[in-house]
Amino acid sequence: MGMTLAEAIIARHAEREVAPGEFVEVKVDGVLANDITAPLAIQAFRALGAQKVFDPARVYLVPDHFTPNKDVKSAEQCRIMREFSREQGIVHYFEVGRGGIEHVLLPEEGLVLPGELVVGADSHTCTYGALSAFATGLGSTDIGYAMATGRTWLRVPHTIKVIWRGRLRPWVMGKDLILDLIGRIGVSGANWCALEFAGDLLPALPLDDRLAIANMAVEAGASCGLFPADEAVLSYVSGRAVRPFQPAAPSPDAAYHQVLEIDVGGITPLVARPHLPENVVPVAELEKIPIDQVVIGSCTGGRWRDLSVAAQILRGRKVHPEVRCIVIPGSQRLFRRAVEEGLVETFLAAGAVVSPPTCGPCLGGHMGVLAAGERAVSTTNRNFRGRMGHPESEVYLASPAVAAASAVLGRIASPEELRGGR
Amino acid sequence: MIYEGRAWAVGDNIDTDLIIPARFLVTTSPEELGRHCLSGLDPSFAGKVAPGDILVAGRNFGCGSSREHAPLAIKGCGIACVVAESFARIFFRNAINQGLPVVECAKAKRIREGDVIKVDLDSGLIKNLTRGEEYPIAPYPKFIREILSCGGLIPWARGKEA
Ligand code: SF4
Repeated sequence: MGMTLAEAIIARHAEREVAPGEFVEVKVDGVLANDITAPLAIQAFRALGAQKVFDPARVYLVPDHFTPNKDVKSAEQCRIMREFSREQGIVHYFEVGRGGIEHVLLPEEGLVLPGELVVGADSHTCTYGALSAFATGLGSTDIGYAMATGRTWLRVPHTIKVIWRGRLRPWVMGKDLILDLIGRIGVSGANWCALEFAGDLLPALPLDDRLAIANMAVEAGASCGLFPADEAVLSYVSGRAVRPFQPAAPSPDAAYHQVLEIDVGGITPLVARPHLPENVVPVAELEKIPIDQVVIGSCTGGRWRDLSVAAQILRGRKVHPEVRCIVIPGSQRLFRRAVEEGLVETFLAAGAVVSPPTCGPCLGGHMGVLAAGERAVSTTNRNFRGRMGHPESEVYLASPAVAAASAVLGRIASPEELRGGR
Repeated sequence: MIYEGRAWAVGDNIDTDLIIPARFLVTTSPEELGRHCLSGLDPSFAGKVAPGDILVAGRNFGCGSSREHAPLAIKGCGIACVVAESFARIFFRNAINQGLPVVECAKAKRIREGDVIKVDLDSGLIKNLTRGEEYPIAPYPKFIREILSCGGLIPWARGKEA
C-alpha cells in the first residue's frame, strides 16, 4: 500500500515497511538538545554507560533558552553542555554570539535536510517538517539514548492531510494559517498524528511562513507537520546542506487518517486568546483590548520575513507610549542582516528594544517577563497560563503583522487599522 | 504492577508549563523539581501530596513543552502513578522512559479528589474503593510494558546490552 510522507521517511529509516500505530526502531540523521534539556540528556547518556556520541557531526547542541546566562543556575546548566561539547568534539555546538534559537539556526545552517529523520529534546523540533524532514520532539532520556546510539523508537503516526486552496488576503501569514487550523481541530486534534500539508497555495507560501506553520504542529498535538520537498524547499537548502540528502515523497495512493480542505481566502488576521492556542478568533471580531507588551521573536516568529513585515509596519511610526515592544531576531546571522539592512534602526527609532537572539520571554525566562495582570501580544507559539511570566498574566498569540500593528495602537489590532495603510 | 492511593484530581489540557513552570528548570534534581510540582496550577500542591498518591486528569495531560522535568517533578513530589483520559505524546513517552506509570482510562473523570483508587496494570482495571466502581484501562503494548517493568528506558537499554 502507498505511504504518506511521514511513513515514507520513517520506513526508510527503519529499513522496512511500516504501518501507522506500529512501534519501530529507526536510525536518526541528527539529534538536538538545548541548555534546558541537554543536562538531563547528558545524565541519561552517562547512565547508559556510553563513552562517545554516535557521531560528533550529527549531535547539535544549542544554548538558547536562558542565554546569555540569566543567572547562576542557568550558567551551570550551560557549562555542563559546553564541557560535554568539548569532551565529545561536538562539531555543531553554537556558542552565544555565534548561534541563535535552535529551530531558527539549524535550518539556516543546513543541518536538517529533506527526507531526513531528526529528533530533538524540544517539542518544537517539528519545525523542520517545513524542510520535508520527519522531525519530532522527544524527552531528554530519549535524546541521551539517541546521542549514544544514533537510534530511537517511534510509534508510526497516522497522517492528517491538510489541503490549502486559494490565495491569502493581505497581511495574512503562515502564523494565521496554523492558528486557523489549530482553532478548527483543537490542541489535541492531531495527538499522535503527523500533519501533511498540500494544495495549490503552497507555491505561494514563503519558506519562513512554512517554518512557522510546521513549528506549531505540536500545538495541535502532532508529532510533525510535513511539507513536500518542492522548489522552495530545494532552493532553500541548496548551498546550505552540510551533506548529501534524498528527499522523500508521499505515494498517490497513500491512506490518510483524515483529510481537511481549507479555502484560505476566507482567513483574516487571527489571534489565539489566553490560555490555549486553540482559542482562535479573528482580530476584527475583538473588542478593544489594551496591551502592555509586544514580543516579536522566537522560533515561530523571529525569522527574516517576520522581522521585515514588522519593520514595514513600524517604519516611520512609534510604539504606543504605554507599550513595551521587544524585538528578538532568531539568530546572530539574522541580527547582523537586520543591522545591515536598516531594520534594527527602524525598530529602535520606533521605540522598541532589540534583544540578542534568545528564547528569553517566550518561556518566561528573561528579557521581558510579564507581571501579574499584564497582557502581551506575542509572535511565539504558546499562551499557556504563566508561560511568559506571572500566572495571572495573559498572552495573545499573533502574526508579526498583528503584533507590530498592536504595538503601534496600544491594543490588539490588525495592520489594516493603521492610517496610511502600507 | 498495582498502585493504591488517594486521588488528586485536575482538569483537561494540563500543560507542562503548569506542571513545572520554566523558571524552575534550572535544575535536574527530582526532589527539587518535586517541590514545585503543579505549582503553575496550585503553588501549595506539592506540600499536600503524600507518597503513593495518584494524580487523575482529563484529556491531553502533559501537552506542550517536551521538558522531562515534568514527569520528574511528578515523581519527585511522591505521586506513584498518573491516570488520565488521554495523554500528550511527548509527555507519555517521557513518563514511560522515567518509569512513571501513566494510565489511559476513558472513565478517569468519574474519579473525584480524595477517592482511594487501586490501579491494577496486570488485570487492566482501576478500582475506586471509595465509590465501589470499576473502570477498564487501555492495556500497554508489550514494548512499553517491558520498559516500565525495567523501571525506565535506561535500565531497559542497559539490560539489552548485557
Ligand atoms: S523560542 Fe520559545 S518555543 Fe522556540 S525553542 Fe525557544 S522557548 Fe521553545
